[in-house]
Amino acid sequence: MIFKYLLQLGDNALILGHRLGEWCGHAPELEIDMALTNIALDLTGQARNLFQRAAEIEGKGRTEDDIAYLRDAWDFRNVLLVEQPNEDFAFTIVRQFFFDTFNYYAHQELTKSKDEWLAGFAAKSLKEITYHLRFSSEWMLRLGDGTELSHQKLQTALDELWMYHGELVQPNEVDLELAKSGVGVDLEKIKPLFNEKIEEVLSKATLNIPTDTWMQSGGKDGKHSEHLGYILADMQFLQRAYPGVEW
Amino acid sequence: MKKDWPLWEVFIRSKSGLSHKHVGSLHATDEVMAIENARDVYTRRNEGVSIWVVESKYITASDPDDSDPFFEPAKDKVYRHPTFYDVPDEIKHM
Amino acid sequence: MTHLNLEDQFQAKIDAETKIEPKDWMPEAYRKTLIRQISQHAHSEIVGMLPEGNWITRAPSLRRKLILLAKVQDEAGHGLYLYSAAETLGANRDELVQQLLTGKAKYSSIFNYPTTSWADIGAIGWLVDGAAIMNQVMLTRASYGPYARAMVRICKEESFHQRQGYEIMMTMAKGSPAQKQMAQDALNRWWWPSLMMFGPKDDDSAHSEQSMKWKIKRKSNDELRQQFVDVTVPQAEYLGLTIPDPDLQWNEDRGHYDFGEINWEEFWNVVKGNGPCNRQRIQARVKAYEDGAWVREAAVAYAEKKDQRKLVSPKAQAEAA
Repeated sequence: MIFKYLLQLGDNALILGHRLGEWCGHAPELEIDMALTNIALDLTGQARNLFQRAAEIEGKGRTEDDIAYLRDAWDFRNVLLVEQPNEDFAFTIVRQFFFDTFNYYAHQELTKSKDEWLAGFAAKSLKEITYHLRFSSEWMLRLGDGTELSHQKLQTALDELWMYHGELVQPNEVDLELAKSGVGVDLEKIKPLFNEKIEEVLSKATLNIPTDTWMQSGGKDGKHSEHLGYILADMQFLQRAYPGVEW
Repeated sequence: MKKDWPLWEVFIRSKSGLSHKHVGSLHATDEVMAIENARDVYTRRNEGVSIWVVESKYITASDPDDSDPFFEPAKDKVYRHPTFYDVPDEIKHM
Repeated sequence: MTHLNLEDQFQAKIDAETKIEPKDWMPEAYRKTLIRQISQHAHSEIVGMLPEGNWITRAPSLRRKLILLAKVQDEAGHGLYLYSAAETLGANRDELVQQLLTGKAKYSSIFNYPTTSWADIGAIGWLVDGAAIMNQVMLTRASYGPYARAMVRICKEESFHQRQGYEIMMTMAKGSPAQKQMAQDALNRWWWPSLMMFGPKDDDSAHSEQSMKWKIKRKSNDELRQQFVDVTVPQAEYLGLTIPDPDLQWNEDRGHYDFGEINWEEFWNVVKGNGPCNRQRIQARVKAYEDGAWVREAAVAYAEKKDQRKLVSPKAQAEAA
């Protein structure tokens, strides 16, 4: 079960890191380009650690790369939010802000995990994630309370991505089981903090908080949007086309 | 209509105990962004423990034309330096 | 004190290896040459992100993906340092970028070639960065202080770039037959363009002589090119790959490798904009610039609002009183 949990965490980081990597060389300003890549590096690094640990626990001799590159979509455990396309900078920031907020509270809790490895991992990652949240929150304010155009673009992105934020704090079976054993995060516990932070930032950013309550879900159980297949087609191309070699 | 992001100068303390040193510049809209951009641009290889930023327009520099009156007079004041004085080798801790 | 005119004094400083700093007097032509060269260099870093960035999402292992992300990000950083150096000469980044986007400014032609396989990432690191380093090490001693200092920082950071490229080539050259083929193919395509990176022959180089006198440049194009060939040939031999030049051979008398004639027609053609990717590269930069305009403007507007609020908020007024 902890294996699956590590994949949930790792796949989120891997896929979001992948999406941010698509920005590299194309961001609105050089300084932003570098900041986004720093976050991509942090997330991809986290995924790597998590997959190494997952492979170790599984004990079947798989490597971090086997886990990243040789699973198909139905075995990926990331939330739907992180596989959503970059679209524009507003979408990217809203997606990042939702994820960072969740990730921040989740890792805060994970530092207290009964699993020593996970607690150590969370303590290290939390420092990175704290910075991510700071970056995305500030850009929420800049875009939301910037120009009329930026406000409108951010509102559109928020409206479009809203239905994907609930899954982050909606426990599946794996979450429930691991919360019970004190290894994983009790999502019910962080949910109020998560919602509160989102409300706080959205209102500071002068945005209308959507009232829709219907939330998409399924990613954590391997039911994905159409986007993931394309991500994997790109990401896994070389490993699939030339199996079993060193790179 | 179009406004460029202002230029900032970045100073980094490379480890505790050392002074901040000028490392370069960058663009940012305000001090919050300037500090973060400095972090993202100039400390990627663990180069620092503290950052200062100042908007470039607030830096006043001495004029190269003043170099002679400014800096030449200090050159012949050798008595300010310890090596100017003869102290016998037997005398320690001085 | 001798009574030299400003220009002679300036040249005397250069000859004495005294660095020129932003506020020092300098001939207008020196300033212009530097702005042109430094900004071209900056543009090359930024455009250079594109061919390699092309493989970030397809990097074949997590380790390679991290390395490539970090490397392409370094190039953004190097562009940024260089634009900053140009700004000390009174240029402004946005204007310089405009010159790139409108095709007025040049950038290194090498980036107008496509990256069609993963081995290209290895070949770029090994050959293109290798060639760039030859040039950049020389530039750490350039007469203009901010440029030289930027180059010191860049060279320090670049040192891993070439090594990671060579490591990719080595892994592939010693890997499966398909990988080896990929590596050879990359070498075939990148070898000649890498030699072209050093620019036209000394006899045909428009800016070289004055730049040497001003110590913006300290070695000629042909010298640097020869140096590159000499160090790279043994590296290719170690990989077991063949450099695509039938005329390449060691010349005992010269103590250097002789090599074949560069296809200068291709060189000038790519410089003029007819390379395989000239259009795509500029289009990508234009798109990033245009798509990013509203973001940059929003950040300015937000900062202005924040400033105004500081002025009008009662708390700020109380604090000021």
